Amino acid sequence: MQNRSFMARLMAAPHVVWSILFIVAPMLFVFYYAFTDSQGNFTMSNISELASPSYLTIFARSGAFALVATAICLLIAYPLAYAISRANPKRQKIYIMLIMLPMWMNFLIRTYSIMAIIEDTGFVNNILGYFGIEPIHMINTDGAVIFGMVYNYLPYMVLPIHTVLSKLDNRLLEAAADLGCTPVQTFFKVVMPHSRSGIISGITMVFVPSVSTFYISQKLGGSSFDLIGDTIERQFQTAYNYNLGAAMSLVLMIIILVSMAIMNRYSDDEGSVVV
Amino acid sequence: MKSLSKVYTALIFIILYAPIAVMVLFSFNSSNSTGVFTGFSLQWYKELLNDSATLEALKNTLVLAVSSSCIATIVGTVAAVGISKIKSKYMKNAINTVTNIPMMNPDIVTGISMMLLFVFATAKLGMSQTLGFSTVLIAHITFNLPYVILSVTPKIRQMDKHLTEAAMDLGCTPFQAFCKVELPAILPGIISGFIMAFTLSLDDFVISYFTTGNGFETLPIRIYSMTKKRVTPDMYALSTLIFIAVLVLLILSNVAEGDGTKKKARARK
Repeated sequence: MQNRSFMARLMAAPHVVWSILFIVAPMLFVFYYAFTDSQGNFTMSNISELASPSYLTIFARSGAFALVATAICLLIAYPLAYAISRANPKRQKIYIMLIMLPMWMNFLIRTYSIMAIIEDTGFVNNILGYFGIEPIHMINTDGAVIFGMVYNYLPYMVLPIHTVLSKLDNRLLEAAADLGCTPVQTFFKVVMPHSRSGIISGITMVFVPSVSTFYISQKLGGSSFDLIGDTIERQFQTAYNYNLGAAMSLVLMIIILVSMAIMNRYSDDEGSVVV
Repeated sequence: MKSLSKVYTALIFIILYAPIAVMVLFSFNSSNSTGVFTGFSLQWYKELLNDSATLEALKNTLVLAVSSSCIATIVGTVAAVGISKIKSKYMKNAINTVTNIPMMNPDIVTGISMMLLFVFATAKLGMSQTLGFSTVLIAHITFNLPYVILSVTPKIRQMDKHLTEAAMDLGCTPFQAFCKVELPAILPGIISGFIMAFTLSLDDFVISYFTTGNGFETLPIRIYSMTKKRVTPDMYALSTLIFIAVLVLLILSNVAEGDGTKKKARARK
């Protein structure tokens, strides 16, 4: 009997070995490269270089863009998820399918397609020109990058919020109304608290890819400004300064860990990830 | 109120699908512009069929997605069963935390951390070039594993443990009991884990981008290198075809499911 349960536990072994080799070891290498120079000697210079104003601006900009994009996603997604969750089940299924369908398009193509639409000589400006309206400059602006983030990651916000809202019992809303809540009060006292875990997992699922993106900013922001992702990508693919790149990744990882820790303080015990 | 929410939903869907509609439209453009529609033609679809590099990348992507999701599903399912049997809470938590790292970390960090490992290993082992199919495969299996484990574990928890014991009392070996009792019970979790892994692998750009070397190109990487210059509409043609394929698959699976529930309803009568 004892022997059998040992055998069963052994089933986890290949996965554990795999995790140590390809999850833990790579993480250690990030630390190793972040604190060494190109000769492999210990140094703090990579980290201290990141404290320079130019890098601090990049970190601040990335954080700000991701925060704004996440906030916009939440504002757009919440009413949408709510509206979908109140539709009849058959309808809901179709809506959810429609939300997920664009995610099946490669996001590079979607982003490129946005670029083709909002370019100075792009689709929108051609149509405006047809009506005799002066072209609007949209590409290579902060707004374009944030739009790209919102567009690409909106489904990640809608889906978890919809999951929790669709489980919300309609009778609770009726009870709240019967007990004298105005619709606004019902929303803040019943609906919101119920959907907290969905909101939190939505926020993490939008914030993490937004703060670390490089393709969206390359395509929609032009070369006018850098985000963390752009800078890391350059260290590894063109500048070949792995040590600085590793240091930046380390800082990025810490930013995300800290923001997740803050988020988890607001979530109830169960609601860390709802998909 | 009702109509307001309908208008709102419609508006969001229009914005969500506008870039895709534009892409489909311009895949039929007769000139190579992605801004002005000059006339209908199928030339980009013809061009696509003659573009051997893109077709090669498509093949690579499919091979990679199938192999990585199959391996991740097998290892992940076996691991989920094993983890569920571990009694020490501390040990369980430690394994789960490590497993979830690739899911929590931004893709770019996962990608470069693995790249650093591979580059270091290559240098230490004195090999000239290792980055390629095998390293991308390892990376994909790694980021697929947590999703498989995450979808199988709840099914194991829901399963009645006495069933396995009953099977063994009735003369099954532990292996037989696993195959005949546990496996069918957790199969839905395994399938949804596999589908998730397959999709993620198919769509991944960032992690492949950092862990591949010269000579192995997946479709997203090919798209990336092509969008560095101006994209010709054959990329749009390809994406349109993929989009249609996904759409048809989704509709078919929905129809099949609908038939299933109808049959069930009839059987109940």
